[in-house]
Formats: sequence, C-alpha cells, structure tokens
Amino acid sequence: MSAEHVSHDDIPGTYVFDGKLAQRGYALNKMCYSFNVAENREAFRRNEDEYCARYGLDDEQRAAIRNRDVLALLAAGGNVYYLAKFTGIFGLGVQDIGAQQTGMSLAAFRAKLAAAAH
Amino acid sequence: MATLIGGICTSHIPAIGNAIARGLEDEPYWRPFFAGYPPVRKWLAETKPDVAVVIYNDHGLNFFLDNLPTFAIGAAPQYPNADEGWGLPTLAPYPGDPRLSWHIIESLVNDEFDVATCQEMRVDHAFTVPQALLWPGGARPVRTVPIAVNTVQHPLPSPARCYKLGQALGRAIASYPEDARVVAIATGGLSHQLDGERAGFINKQFDLMCLDKIVEDPQALTQYSIHDLVRLAGTQGVELIMWLVLRGAMTARVHQLHRHYHIPVSNTAAGLLLLENAA
Repeated sequence: MSAEHVSHDDIPGTYVFDGKLAQRGYALNKMCYSFNVAENREAFRRNEDEYCARYGLDDEQRAAIRNRDVLALLAAGGNVYYLAKFTGIFGLGVQDIGAQQTGMSLAAFRAKLAAAAH
Repeated sequence: MATLIGGICTSHIPAIGNAIARGLEDEPYWRPFFAGYPPVRKWLAETKPDVAVVIYNDHGLNFFLDNLPTFAIGAAPQYPNADEGWGLPTLAPYPGDPRLSWHIIESLVNDEFDVATCQEMRVDHAFTVPQALLWPGGARPVRTVPIAVNTVQHPLPSPARCYKLGQALGRAIASYPEDARVVAIATGGLSHQLDGERAGFINKQFDLMCLDKIVEDPQALTQYSIHDLVRLAGTQGVELIMWLVLRGAMTARVHQLHRHYHIPVSNTAAGLLLLENAA
C-alpha cells in the first residue's frame, strides 16, 4: 500500500475526517471540545457570538453553528464526535442529527434503522 | 504467571448507558438487546478475572486534536469518568493496575509498538458502558488497563496493524510474572454511521460475516483497509479494529462461547462475542 493520501470521495454521503478536514476544522472542533464542561455550555448559551469569537471561527463555521446545520458543520471541518457535544446543548442526539442530515423526519429515520434488521 | 482467560467484544453505544441509568432494560425497545448479556455475566461470575484490559476508542473526552495518539495506554492508579457534554451521568472512577500497565508498555515498546503512556486518563462511554453491561449495579470487581485506539482522525491504524498490536499484547500478558487472571474487552461497532447524508447506514450482511471471521479466520479481516471498512461498515463501523486488537491477543484457534447481534440500538448494529482460547 502506498503512503499517499487516500481519497474517500468514492463513498457517497460520507465525510472522512482526515488531516485536511482536521486542519480546516481545528477552531470549530476546539470550541466543541470545550463543551465537555458544563460552565462552557452555559457561557455559549449566554452569548453565542462572544463564545464563537473567542475560538476564532470563520464566517462559514459561524453560520453553520448559527443554523445548527450539521452537514454544513461537517463541510467546514467539524468532526461528529465534537459536534455531538455542540448539538447536545440543544438536546439533539445522534438520531435527531441523523434525521436532519438525511432530510427525513425522526420517525422515518428510526424506521430506516429498524428496517436494517431485515 | 498471568493468564488471558478470555475475550469479550461488545458495542459501547451511549444510549445503552442512558437506558441503564433510567432503568429501561425491560422496555420493548431494549429487551432484545439486553437479553444478550446474562450468559457473559454468568461466565464472568464463574471465571472471576482480576484484571480487564479494555481496548476502546476515546470520543473526545481525554484526547483532543492538539495531541492525538494512535495507541495510548493508561498507567494510572485509577481512571475517572467525566461529563461528555450530552447528558450521560458521570460514573465513579475505575481502579487501575499500574504494575501490569507498565509491564505491557515495556513489552509493547520492546516489540516495536511505540505507544503513548498516560498517568492520568479520563475514560469515556466506550470504556464505561461495556463494564456497566458486564458488571451491573456499578460494581468494580476488576482492576483495569485502558488501551485507547485512535478512530477520530484519519489516518487510523489499519486492521492488520491492530491485529499485530493484539498479538504483541498477548505476548505481553503471557510474560507478566505475577499471578493474574486477565480478561480482554474490546468495545465498539458493529456497522454504523453518524455523519453525512449516509447517516443511519447499517450493513447486516457484512457484520455477520465479521462475527464469523473474528472467531474462525481473523486474518481474513486484516486484508481490509480502513477505507474498505468505512465503505462497508460506515464511518464509525471502523471500530471493528478494536475487536481485531483483542482477537490478535488470543490464540490462533478460539472457542466461541456466546454470540449476540441486534439491530438497532440507536443508530448502530450491536454485537457481542465471548471467546476463550483453545488449548
């Protein structure tokens, strides 16, 4: 196997968090990592603009955070494990964000998961 | 002399921790999943391991992208759990076994696996949920040695590399001079994908093949690349690599004592295997 960069573009609907995305999303992910701490989640809720500015998010990342738009956050370099700490602030779990990313209702997304058993 | 008495591979989905915290084990959604665990609890009660080597992946509790080891081993007297941000209750700390940790570290580095060492380490749901399943009620009957594998930032270690790490881990345990009954626990999987337009992807056929191959022919799984696993098992289905570390630590032939598979738990196909070394 070569040590060259592996392209993951052939897997539709899939963002592989590699060095390129990790560099792109460093500030965004660093902010989301801070949400492990309850006081930081509270500080974000109190003043979202101030909190995002403190971490140096760029305009695209700031807009994606404002819109709670998971696909846009992924495109801006977000990693789903850190993003889950952000969406958790609003009580959104992995099924909620699964529904959002696939454009389905929560009930339809759950039905799709259950159907995978057959 | 230390003995590896067996290996347990299990999913570690956070929703399981929530279900346990809220006492939902007998709810219709959860019953078919939890029904898989009593035989493994019975085996643990009978075999009474002293130590668990827990192979898992951190999801952004202990490690961030500023300093992200591919393989990291805990060498602490205890391992605290902590708030992960999305609502799981924080559990009591887990006892460590620094002597065994340092023996494994020395043995692995001598065996050309240059691991990171952690004298402080917070352990997340991937470490705590399986133990809550295996030893219900918050019991802490075993000392623990955490081994964290990077699944956050690619490049991830290949299935072949993880299997070889497991082989080195098996040699490390076998060469520990003190008496200890060791159980290996690998956590994660099976197929699932949390992110992207393909979120909710599950591949039952691939999972069932992996369950067979882990037992009978793990070498076959080492032929896959990480990219293959992302395609076939989903972005988080790559957690199969933890199972390959465990399988590498066991003998070439193993006995499968128990198997369970259930779809879905949250967004995930949940798997469980209990293995013993064949003589």
